[in-house]
Amino acid sequence: MTLTRPVKWLFGAFMTLGLAFIYVPLAVVVLNSFNASTTFAWPPTQLTLRWWQAAFANEGVRTALWTSVQLAALATLVALVLGTLAAMALTRYDFFGRDVVSLLFVLPIALPGIVTGIALNNVFTSYLGGLTFATLVIGHATFCIVVVINNAAARLRRTAPSLEEASMDLGATRARTFRLVTLPALRSALFAGGLLAFGLSFDEIIVTTFTAGPGVQTLPLWIFQNLFRPNQAPIVNAVAAFLVLVSIVPIYLANRLSGGAALAAQR
Amino acid sequence: MVATSPAAPAPPGVPAPSPGPVRVAQTWLHRTVWARLAALLALPLTWLVLIYLVPLALLFVTALWSTDSFTGLVVRELTFENYRDIFTEPAFLLTVLRTVVVAATVTVLCALIALPMGFFMSRVASPRWRPLLLALVLTPLWAAYLVKVYAWRTILSPSGPAADVLGWFGLSAPGYGLGAVVLVLTYLWLPYMVLPVHTALSAMPESLVDAAADLGARPWRTFRDVMLPVIWPALVAGSIFTFSLSLGDYITVQLVGGTRQMLGNVVYQNFSVNLPFAAAMATLPVVVMVGYLLAVRRTGALENL
Repeated sequence: MTLTRPVKWLFGAFMTLGLAFIYVPLAVVVLNSFNASTTFAWPPTQLTLRWWQAAFANEGVRTALWTSVQLAALATLVALVLGTLAAMALTRYDFFGRDVVSLLFVLPIALPGIVTGIALNNVFTSYLGGLTFATLVIGHATFCIVVVINNAAARLRRTAPSLEEASMDLGATRARTFRLVTLPALRSALFAGGLLAFGLSFDEIIVTTFTAGPGVQTLPLWIFQNLFRPNQAPIVNAVAAFLVLVSIVPIYLANRLSGGAALAAQR
Repeated sequence: MVATSPAAPAPPGVPAPSPGPVRVAQTWLHRTVWARLAALLALPLTWLVLIYLVPLALLFVTALWSTDSFTGLVVRELTFENYRDIFTEPAFLLTVLRTVVVAATVTVLCALIALPMGFFMSRVASPRWRPLLLALVLTPLWAAYLVKVYAWRTILSPSGPAADVLGWFGLSAPGYGLGAVVLVLTYLWLPYMVLPVHTALSAMPESLVDAAADLGARPWRTFRDVMLPVIWPALVAGSIFTFSLSLGDYITVQLVGGTRQMLGNVVYQNFSVNLPFAAAMATLPVVVMVGYLLAVRRTGALENL
């Protein structure tokens, strides 16, 4: 389509505005974490690294960060195994009710987190004896499975089953075919899906609030609990800024390791 | 994979070695399609049913129970009391309506912002810049949800940057309230809309647009009659996220909503004191979203998720 120059400029201006809208709040957080004033007077007059030091030295922050990493890793692991199995069933087989099954698998991310949260909370506390770290992992894995399925299924639809058939015609067992043919084809898609699942779990707070056992504190929970304590505000700022800067890592990883496949994948 | 190859006959004269049990199982699995399918689906489907669908069903059951106001214990007797309260008490009804209006507004705003951005990223910008622009739009998806809400809380606070900047123009800052909730939710879910729209616009063949132009369609007409139908499933896919995530949000509302409440806040406040009522409230977004999913199934949006 040929657009006149002013029209192109108009779209360009809109894009610039859009990006400013996206990045100004993040910049404010990062800048504020260096703000020397304890009341966060705006604009900052003096900059300091004090809050960053305090945040890194904070026991609560470090424990919460470690809990979040463990939680995200476990949930991602469960999601990778179950998601790969489901994706293979949904793409390589035609069976009665397949559409319904795919719709059901989408539900955990298509329904608001508060629904998943309260439904699981109800079952765990009323029937299964209470909340622990394990219930939190179960809650997270449930919505992480979907992103793995989506990534793996998209890849499987694009890889012809003839490769797998050829492998088996040549005498490979199903297990060997999976290991040597299917899995290599899926690798980058599983990496992208796993990365998304990890990010989703690391960041989640609503399902977490409803399924975390007493004493289990993830990083988002820590931030939320300290948000309203004025004397903790500088540390919260530094942790928030840290999370903004850390969010560049997965994009970088995805670009390096899978040629941007994770970028095109949807959350 | 459905086709099965016949087992090769043993060469004449050589007695066939008796296959081991593993080999027998493999052969059987290879020939039996339903057994393979069952093996693949057993674990994920069991997980989905036991850990998601059963709790979801129990939520609907709990919604029909009540709480004894003296003992605070759940009374397991069928009653429609909770739903009657929600639909007859103006405060609750207003909260539900407010939530749906906010979620719909956020969805429309996201679409209105995502369309020109996605269009620029996929069609106007020079191809060299396109991957970078996409990365720029998607990076914030990875920044923590809570941090982004917190950023806006800082910006919109009475002495924050928004008040400052607007002060230069002699304007007063809007502060916390329903407007802030719509603004922040739009901010949070925008990438979920830009991504599918961008993907759909990138995949649309240039020839379609050219043909429309050759046939004399003006840009607006081309957009409305050619591009919009092509990217409609992507818009719907994006709207599932923007709408659903807005419907259930209570943390943004708590942080920037001032005194305003949405459905999620009512659920959150009630779940420890009156679980059946909280459950009844939480079933409303389920009904709305399942209805929405069924309604849009034909557009092909679900394949775009």
